Amino acid sequence: MSDPAVDDFVQLLTPDGERVQHPAFSFEGTDEQIAGYLREMVLARRFDNEATALQRKGELGLWPPSLGQEAAQVGSVNATRLPDFVFPSYREHAVALHLGIDPVEMLTTFRGTAMVPWNSAEQGLHLYSFVIGTQTLHAVGYAMGLQRDGLNGNDDPAANGAVMVYFGDGATSQGDVNEAFIFAASYTAPVVFFCQNNQYAISEPIALQSKIPLYRRASGFGFPGVRVDGNDVLAVQAVTSWALGRARQGHGPTLIEAYTYRMGAHTTSDDPTKYRSRDETEQWRARDPISRVQSYLLSSGAIDQAWLDALDADCEELAERVREGAVTLPEPHLEDLFDHVVIDPGDVLLEQRDDYLEYEAGFDDHPRDPAGEAVHAEVQEAF
Amino acid sequence: MATMTVAKALNAGLRRALEADPKVLLYGEDIGKLGGVFRITEHLQRDFGPERVIDSPLAESGIVGTAVGLALRGYRPVVEIQFDGFVYPAFDQIISQVSRFYFRSHGALKMPMVVRIPYGGGIGAIEHHSESPEAYFAHTPGLKVVTCSNPVDAYWMIQQSIASNNPIIFFEPKRRYHEKGEVDTEIEPMPLFQARVVKPGDDLTLITYGPMVRTCAEAAIAAAEEGHDIEVIDLRSLAPLDMATVIESVHKTGRAIVVHEAALTLGIGAEIAARVQQECFFALQAPVLRVTGYDIPYPPSRVETSFLPDLDRVLDAVDRSMTY
Repeated sequence: MSDPAVDDFVQLLTPDGERVQHPAFSFEGTDEQIAGYLREMVLARRFDNEATALQRKGELGLWPPSLGQEAAQVGSVNATRLPDFVFPSYREHAVALHLGIDPVEMLTTFRGTAMVPWNSAEQGLHLYSFVIGTQTLHAVGYAMGLQRDGLNGNDDPAANGAVMVYFGDGATSQGDVNEAFIFAASYTAPVVFFCQNNQYAISEPIALQSKIPLYRRASGFGFPGVRVDGNDVLAVQAVTSWALGRARQGHGPTLIEAYTYRMGAHTTSDDPTKYRSRDETEQWRARDPISRVQSYLLSSGAIDQAWLDALDADCEELAERVREGAVTLPEPHLEDLFDHVVIDPGDVLLEQRDDYLEYEAGFDDHPRDPAGEAVHAEVQEAF
Repeated sequence: MATMTVAKALNAGLRRALEADPKVLLYGEDIGKLGGVFRITEHLQRDFGPERVIDSPLAESGIVGTAVGLALRGYRPVVEIQFDGFVYPAFDQIISQVSRFYFRSHGALKMPMVVRIPYGGGIGAIEHHSESPEAYFAHTPGLKVVTCSNPVDAYWMIQQSIASNNPIIFFEPKRRYHEKGEVDTEIEPMPLFQARVVKPGDDLTLITYGPMVRTCAEAAIAAAEEGHDIEVIDLRSLAPLDMATVIESVHKTGRAIVVHEAALTLGIGAEIAARVQQECFFALQAPVLRVTGYDIPYPPSRVETSFLPDLDRVLDAVDRSMTY
């Protein structure tokens, strides 16, 4: 592939499934590990497709698809291990699945039945962040905490941890992200800034966010930046392992720009046909992150059709569980939400909860009277 | 007992909090060698080291955002915002992040963070250095907002705030930093979120907080000369509000005036007035009045004495209420 925009990225597996050498980075794992990555990517894609379908059926309020970004997510999260900690944006579904988040639970946020459902401390994954770029500062602070806990820069590599934080190309325009770069550099914080450059911030192309390749910004802040083929799971894993290793050893932050493409819409509310061409999307389809791994593993003999069939069956099972689980998620109750606004809520808040409960109790004997057709018609006329 | 200024009491309280819990960190601009622009953290970096008393790069959102991460890792960051008017770059982190982790995680994540903000006017400063932004924060679910008015409260409330697992916005009345008082460092302090009756009285209740407590106490003394027996309440906590203390007082006096430096419209006074009329409707002998800053940006300092509530403006309102 000759593309001037990406001629300086790290690639170890071509879109045709051919493994290639890079002077600085190499993938150290086995074919069995690669097969594990393929499995994660395929399951994540199926989960994502299922969630998109659920939104189309009206069962979710919104869904931000991860379609096309599976290699960037699976490759990078597979470079983490305890006591590392991960701060996601809101599209890191493959990352969440890898870290053990239940796929049905993950939908609660998007179905509107709960806020963010998982226990972040236990899962090693912070809550999804929906205000763009804010989580990069949280990640740097957490990394400063690792430093103070003595979990960084030790001679014993196993005693060291680092922080991974995910964000997108649009986020790099945010003040918070730039401040995070500055704080991380100043304190030599053990953090890896993992930017999935999927080419678009909703409709705005990367050219509107940056006049230079994003990874080059790092040098201005005083730490290394690397661009990697974000659709190459091996290259992503190799580059992220290196960056996390640097961070754990006490050498500070790295910016990784994973050059990828959002194959789907920004969210299910978006219509990408209004701002990008079919040709462009087709070109990226040829660089699909999954097919190249499958091609490689089939040709190397590490997997066969039976393996793929078994994976397909697992996908079906996952899809069914997600479909059934989503629609049976327990409904929230407003009165419960007063309990977790602050610790020790004052009288003012508790009175509001009691007022609400008293009001609701008033309907016990008198069923609610939803506005009827006649009222709707009258209102329609009045407006 | 020791005689301390408000500033010194805050410094002593911070020192005691640093001694009590190794997870407590102080974090902000110029707080290390310089000891902060108001010297509230003087000598604390010298005595506790730069890993615990941390000079930050000059970016408020960065300070609060990274403090979030430190809190998630189990630390108890005490952030200093240099001046009231410089907190707004950190507004998103405070409003959308700090205040909501407990809610968003359904109670799993606590955010034990204190954001210290010197606030209020009356010091002849240039713009952005005399503001009273407390209502923004008190309006935000998930935040607790407190303010001290004297050395005793400064000493104890800062320690109580640091010990709390809630995020707390801690407003310090900068024009009162140098006022002195006797501080007993061995007593059991009153609860953090409880209002205090500064001076009891039967005729009218002055409800105030922070820098205006002293002004109102002076007004109560002046009014006594005219035969009015004024009760003064220092709210101390703006979120949550200790309405029980306020309501009990207004039931007794039948008259209430709220005094603050912040602008009138939708300020703390509006909330107090709404709740007082709801709870004390039949006890009221006059409408609830407010004596506040005007709804203009903080003015040039040469006219700030006209802008800020003072003894005469409070007494004028007392007269209007008493003769209603």
